[in-house]
Amino acid sequence: MPALPLDEAGKYVAAAYLVFLALLLVYVAIMSGRLGRLERDLTDLNRELEERDRQRERDPERVA
Amino acid sequence: MLRAVGAILRKDLLLELRTRESVPAMAIFGVTTLVVFHFALNRPTVEGDLAAGVLWVSFLFAAMLGLNRLFVAEEEQGGFDGFLLAPIDRTSLYVAKALALLTYLVIIELIAVPAFAILLLEPGLWQALPGLVLVLLLGDLGICAVGVLVSAIGIRTRARDLIVPLLALPLLIPVVIASVAATAPLLAQGGAEALPGRWLLTLALYDAVFAAIAYAVFDDLLED
Amino acid sequence: MHGKGLRTLAFLTALTLTAAYALVFFWTPNEADQGFVQKIFYLHVPMAIVALCGFVAGGVAGLMYLRTRDGKWDLRAYVAIHLSQILACGVLITGSIWAKASWGHWWLWDEPMLVSFLIVFLLYATYQVLRFSIEDRERQARYASVFAVVAGAFVPINFAVVRMAQSYVHPRTLGTTTGGMPSEMMLTFLIALAGMALLFVTLWKYEMASKSAGAQVRALRLRLLGDDDALPRRSAAPTL
Repeated sequence: MPALPLDEAGKYVAAAYLVFLALLLVYVAIMSGRLGRLERDLTDLNRELEERDRQRERDPERVA
Repeated sequence: MLRAVGAILRKDLLLELRTRESVPAMAIFGVTTLVVFHFALNRPTVEGDLAAGVLWVSFLFAAMLGLNRLFVAEEEQGGFDGFLLAPIDRTSLYVAKALALLTYLVIIELIAVPAFAILLLEPGLWQALPGLVLVLLLGDLGICAVGVLVSAIGIRTRARDLIVPLLALPLLIPVVIASVAATAPLLAQGGAEALPGRWLLTLALYDAVFAAIAYAVFDDLLED
Repeated sequence: MHGKGLRTLAFLTALTLTAAYALVFFWTPNEADQGFVQKIFYLHVPMAIVALCGFVAGGVAGLMYLRTRDGKWDLRAYVAIHLSQILACGVLITGSIWAKASWGHWWLWDEPMLVSFLIVFLLYATYQVLRFSIEDRERQARYASVFAVVAGAFVPINFAVVRMAQSYVHPRTLGTTTGGMPSEMMLTFLIALAGMALLFVTLWKYEMASKSAGAQVRALRLRLLGDDDALPRRSAAPTL
């Protein structure tokens, strides 16, 4: 098992792999932002639908 | 289809002859670029690799100038609609425009190559001429095959003038690589050397592949 | 629909990539001349190969859109090209780091992989610009597909021509060719390649699922509330 050399070479290799990791994590972060927005939209929709149902119950003659 | 191509080509060439919009400007631009190169490189003459590079970059930029204007008449005066209503093969527009652009490029080369020989070229041009003509032709075909397609893509977008060079230049880099590699031995210091066949083959293949692709997808660009 | 099997795929990806990089650092021998720096090879080259395949796949998806006019294909092309562009960015950065470590320069013109990717990266950078500049959705999809097809065909041709050009200069490659590699390195390389390919497919499905779900929510909102987004977001991405 080779010991990881902390000299010059090690820094460059680490930098390269870190770039890969960073790209991946930034991508995941952006996607999670999108998911959050999606969840918010869905809760909004649900709320609107509930309101509409409640209104329809209150006035059964008035067709929405 | 051939008749349609001929008709459109004739219309374009006549239009250009009467209005003289594009070709003089492109030719002057080409020669001016050569002059700029003299100052940019700070050399009285160039030969070999450098000469080939200077020549091809000047042509490329002059071609970019022409590409932006290629479909302008159709777009502004409803030519596209008229064309779509006619019962002809839509790719004939592509072929006609490519041939028109080829004609313009040849005219510009007739002016720019002698200018180049006089202003910047160190070795003599006579020996190299037949080979040079062949390379110019193959390179021009590549520029036309890709350029007309890119111009058609760009004409319907909002950022037309930006999109065309942004798309065309990377796509044409193989043409530049192959053309310069083929031209450089012709302009070598000790007199024209042999024409490298493999680069000519590369150019021919590139031209064939992109002409085929453009032929296949051009229809889809014109639908509305 | 896209989310099916995503969990298994993601797990497989994590497994393969971890295995690959564990092998790289704990098992594979150091290369003779480049030493430890050569380990970047197991990251840089798989990224490059997967990105190139991704661009070609985007071209195929574009072709399918032109044939079927089904918006899903346009979305598939968009996501494939989008992911490949990110990978291309990574290829350029890791390649540059490798070049600096091996040869002392941040860029090498005689490394065909780097040069090809620079050209391809510049070309595909225009993809989003093109999409953004066409408002009509159908035309945007059509033009983007034409671009994807042309660019997808261009990628292998470009690679070949750049390679031809380099073989006349003294090729000072970073050793991105896989010829003449000892079997341990080849095995690790293949596992790393598989892991990168799995990563691409996983992220692709992930993004497709997210976009498809977003489109469905928008459609629902339209049907139930009769209005589109309160603040319509302009984006280059295709909407279904």
